[in-house]
Amino acid sequence: MTAGTPSGFLVPQPDEDSGPFWDGCRAGELRMQACASCGRHRFPPRPMCPWCRSTESSWNRMSGRGTIWSFVVAHPPLLPAYQELAPYNVVVVALDEDPTLRVVGNLLATEEGTINETDPATIRIGEPVRVVFQAVDGVAVPRWVRVEP
Amino acid sequence: MAPSIKDRTAIAGIGQSKFAKHLDGSEKRLACEAIVAALDDAGISPSEVDAFASYTMEATDEVEIAKNIGAGDVTFFAQVGFGGGGGCATVGHLAMAVATGQANVGVAWRSRKRGSGPRPWSLTGRGSLPTPAQWTRPWGLLRPVDEIAMLTRRYMHEFGATRDHLANVALACRAHANRNPNAVMSDRTLTREEYMASRWISEPLCLFDNCLETDGALACVVVSAERARDCRRPPAYVHSFAQGLPSQHHTMVNYWNEDPLRGPAWTCAERLWRNADVTPADVKVAQVYDAFTPLILLSLEGYGFCRRGEAGPFSDGGTLELGGRLPVNTSGGGLSEAYVHGFNLINEGVRQVRGTSTAQVADAEVSLVTSGEGVPTSALLLRR
Repeated sequence: MTAGTPSGFLVPQPDEDSGPFWDGCRAGELRMQACASCGRHRFPPRPMCPWCRSTESSWNRMSGRGTIWSFVVAHPPLLPAYQELAPYNVVVVALDEDPTLRVVGNLLATEEGTINETDPATIRIGEPVRVVFQAVDGVAVPRWVRVEP
Repeated sequence: MAPSIKDRTAIAGIGQSKFAKHLDGSEKRLACEAIVAALDDAGISPSEVDAFASYTMEATDEVEIAKNIGAGDVTFFAQVGFGGGGGCATVGHLAMAVATGQANVGVAWRSRKRGSGPRPWSLTGRGSLPTPAQWTRPWGLLRPVDEIAMLTRRYMHEFGATRDHLANVALACRAHANRNPNAVMSDRTLTREEYMASRWISEPLCLFDNCLETDGALACVVVSAERARDCRRPPAYVHSFAQGLPSQHHTMVNYWNEDPLRGPAWTCAERLWRNADVTPADVKVAQVYDAFTPLILLSLEGYGFCRRGEAGPFSDGGTLELGGRLPVNTSGGGLSEAYVHGFNLINEGVRQVRGTSTAQVADAEVSLVTSGEGVPTSALLLRR
């Protein structure tokens, strides 16, 4: 893909609520929003804490460790850029800090790999993973690699 | 006693277009034809219509519909959101309006050329990734089937459900469609072997776990119970109606709360049964929203036909087919009759209590109809 040319992948458009998450990714950190009043994490980020109704929040760096909660293997028809890589996996990772904090990602075979290089037959719910960040059209996107036991 | 809408209104007429991958005519024209057919079925003049309810995703609006069918002065109109979750609520909102004196003759409808038109997910734009899409789309979780496949894999992992259980759903709907001359899949049989050999769409879901892509329009007419008794057809009384939006729910991608597999069906069911004189044990036939086969398993648990996690084994042995404990989607449903955001399930629920289904359940005093699971939803109990 030529530098500067849109890759065809969908990239996030950070907004008032999500900006700090994506800023964290650019800094190589997986950050989660936490209520500044009661301290509970919440995801996806939003303006008000549903437990104490505070609108004050902070962002905490997570360990970047988690376990696979579920996964799919996507086959065509798909958007063109994704279809070129199909079949590829999409995973949901439950974070070690709080297993109800879950993020969507892909399981990579290597830190620089593409999303279709892990044999789907080897993916197991519950297996430990750690976050890595890959640049897509100038946005740092969190993905996951296996943690050696 | 608290005021209630129980049995105070009824569906007096139903109408529909043909169903096909492609139909000629605009969605507006198809909508008008289905609505006029429903009114004719009831024996009510279009000029008497004074209420409309539809989906927020419906492209034909009440102003256009009213001036095409020659409606009179309209005093109630409402739309319900969340795609296929809104179907039963269109009828429910009309029932509430008629029962409370806001209107007399209500029409609910859905007209959609989903077969001819583009797949909605294919229009996902580079610059259009609002919450929650920015939390899913970048990684290739692009389509509704991907979103539900993620929950399905987790469901299979937690409760031991298998692809054979998903096939039970697909085969039941197809068997019912094979009895229905109006079904898109009327003359196309499906075997378990064909199901297992079909191509993947989003593992663990294969082609036959997905609903059809259909052009079609449907409508029904809601009036008071008294008025319905004077209409051409036996009334299908609106016995109970409920909507459901659970605490901390995330639409389609319910990955971010304590219990992602406890979907809107559970919330909706609690209110639905509380307002009813019947229990799941009294229900012999159900029309259950089926954009994807696993939604039926999740719904059977939510609406209380089996215990949590047991819908897979519950579906074994022909339970969901004609002659079984709970035949579902007796016209073929979205999987095998037509996918029109579940409105065909409403009309089939009416046919069951009228006794006119092509897969008629003998003692169908009550028919459950549900709308989309995995999104803010709604449900109806219709009774003879």
